[in-house]
Amino acid sequence: MSLQQSAFIILTLISFGFFGFTIFRLAKIFRLTKKEFRFDKIGERTVTTLLVAFGQSKMMKRPLAGILHAFVWWGFLVITIGSVEMMMDGITGNKKSLSFLGPFYSFVTASSDIFALLIIISCIIFLCRRYFTKPKRFIAPEMKPSSRTDATFILSLILILMVTLIGMNTAYVTSDSNDYSGSFPVSFYFTPALSSLGPEQITTLEKTNWWIHITIIYFFLNFLPYSKHFHVIASVPNVFFTRLEPYAKLNTMESVTHEVKLMLNPSEQSADTPPPQRFGVKDIEDVTWKTMLDAYTCTECGRCTAVCPANITGKLLSPRKLFIDLRRRAKDKAPGIIKSGSNFSDGKSLIGSDYITEEELWACTTCMACIEECPVDIDHVPFIVDMRRNLVMEESKVPSGLAVMFSNIENNGAPWAFSREDRFNWASEIYYGNK
Amino acid sequence: MEINRDKITVPTMAEMAAKGEMPDILFWVGCAGSFDERAQKITRAFVKILYRAGIKYAVLGTEESCTGDPAKRAGNEFLFQMQAFMNIQTLNNYGIKKIVTACPHCFNTLKNEYPDLGGKYEVMHHTQLLQQLLDEGKIKVEGGKFSGKKITFHDPCYLGRGNGVYEAPRSVIEKLDSELSEMKRSRQRGFCCGAGGAQMFKDAEPGNKEVNVERTEEALALKPDVIATGCPFCMTMMTDGVKHFDKEAEVKVQDVAELIANALDL
Ligand code: SF4
Ligand code: SF4
Repeated sequence: MSLQQSAFIILTLISFGFFGFTIFRLAKIFRLTKKEFRFDKIGERTVTTLLVAFGQSKMMKRPLAGILHAFVWWGFLVITIGSVEMMMDGITGNKKSLSFLGPFYSFVTASSDIFALLIIISCIIFLCRRYFTKPKRFIAPEMKPSSRTDATFILSLILILMVTLIGMNTAYVTSDSNDYSGSFPVSFYFTPALSSLGPEQITTLEKTNWWIHITIIYFFLNFLPYSKHFHVIASVPNVFFTRLEPYAKLNTMESVTHEVKLMLNPSEQSADTPPPQRFGVKDIEDVTWKTMLDAYTCTECGRCTAVCPANITGKLLSPRKLFIDLRRRAKDKAPGIIKSGSNFSDGKSLIGSDYITEEELWACTTCMACIEECPVDIDHVPFIVDMRRNLVMEESKVPSGLAVMFSNIENNGAPWAFSREDRFNWASEIYYGNK
Repeated sequence: MEINRDKITVPTMAEMAAKGEMPDILFWVGCAGSFDERAQKITRAFVKILYRAGIKYAVLGTEESCTGDPAKRAGNEFLFQMQAFMNIQTLNNYGIKKIVTACPHCFNTLKNEYPDLGGKYEVMHHTQLLQQLLDEGKIKVEGGKFSGKKITFHDPCYLGRGNGVYEAPRSVIEKLDSELSEMKRSRQRGFCCGAGGAQMFKDAEPGNKEVNVERTEEALALKPDVIATGCPFCMTMMTDGVKHFDKEAEVKVQDVAELIANALDL
């Protein structure tokens, strides 16, 4: 086994080891969340995933950003096949381990090569956009400078990845110019640039690019879960487990059904009393795993906030911020619970001045524009209503107008102070043929 | 057309049941349609259309109660379920199978949220029924009254995005032989009027603009003769918005049912 081979195997072990550790820690956070059934209608879920996640259908609502992003995503998917091959090569010491695949191999290598160029173009445009045209949705109180740094960092890494990929392929095609496997239309175009180099220099160039490329891939793999770019991985399951109901349907709280039935019919004591639990969402233990997955999938793109009527009219609410806050809260609180058990408290909660405030929650019109817009199918409204449920049913913190509305419904069966008997008065004077 | 001034008596379920009859469809009026003066006009317009089309319908009258929608969106699931159980009991006692309503909030609650609690009905929004009546020829609108008029349709969130009904109201408006002019933010991208999620019943949070003003501004930019909608709450918000811009004289805010009733000379 060559020195290079051993070094690569060690690097691979470290890299996957650390990735496993990260996933293990994430799993612990998800184990704190509540159950929710999302395993029905597998066929419909698969179709949705193909369209929304793989087909990027919701991204195309903004065609330019949509197509550029699709290049990066589709490119990532095919290039990953090449990355797997690089790992196989690195471990076995072979060259082009997958070349036995024949025409399919040529297809994969050719499309990877073309996508590499498209990704370079897309990343340059994305960077220019961040620094020069600055779309409004990238500027908001919840967008900390670190968010932009994160984006710039990732875009730069991807750029280096693609440049080294083309560099490596060009060197490969040049060195084995008469007999190479695969097809590299873009890299082939660059071969004249290397014509002055000797065979050894070319081999060194190929090796150097190979090492830089694979090292960045391993770094990338381990960096993703700690950044908003985790969506590369999380968006696929997040879309798959999306809610397949009309957006406007809110879930029925079974714990409430139980109590309401008792109130309406006290004699009907049933044996299967569900254990008492907190109503609604106050902190991370109250959300379901799907809401938590939403938080880990959010790309912070701000498409939701850009269409939010509350945000557009200057209210504090920004739907994007809710999920950034949930993720931040999970990061802040989960280690404590994991260490000291479910009674752990740091004196704060998700609803509160450090994270999501009541003012934000009450500004929502539940218009669902955010849900419609979100390219990774994040479900804002149920999350907002769940937090309102906690404010109303646990804390009795309700804006005064809503308290009046509640008591009107209770007393008059209408949200206004009209009496039940007058409900049918509208019908007293209707003349046909007379306006 | 001859003008007759027959008084319409709206049949209630209680009367029908007493006679041992069943309506083909129950008209769920909703709180706004029952109490709000402006929305009552929509209710009456719709009743006249039902009468003209010869539909065997009934209402619950004083037996109807709030669906609980605003309570649910405001986080009061208790109150919502209390209301839901009461209404479901009333509806199921009468053996109701099919419901039409002119309120997208009632529509959503009845259609999507009552089934979990034992209330399973076929629920239509009134624009869907109007589309059907027009398609089946049960009512016929001769254009004319609205020809050359510019109408823009404001999508109610709970009808459009919330339940995917975009075409029914538009196809009804198109029958009027008028120009349907779309706002940039329409259909899936429709912009809220500001009333949903129980906002109707509380003061807005601090901001720099009212949502309905933002929306009405967009509608008025098209210089329409009519802003059409299909929701009593959107009606309130858009009407207030038009007043805000002092445009009541030029621009009418009308429900799709009112447009049809008007075209039918009802
Ligand atoms: S549903 Fe609420 S958060 Fe989402 S866009 Fe509408 S107002 Fe904003
Ligand atoms: S919730 Fe969706 S639309 Fe909003 S910022 Fe996150 S990914 Fe973008």
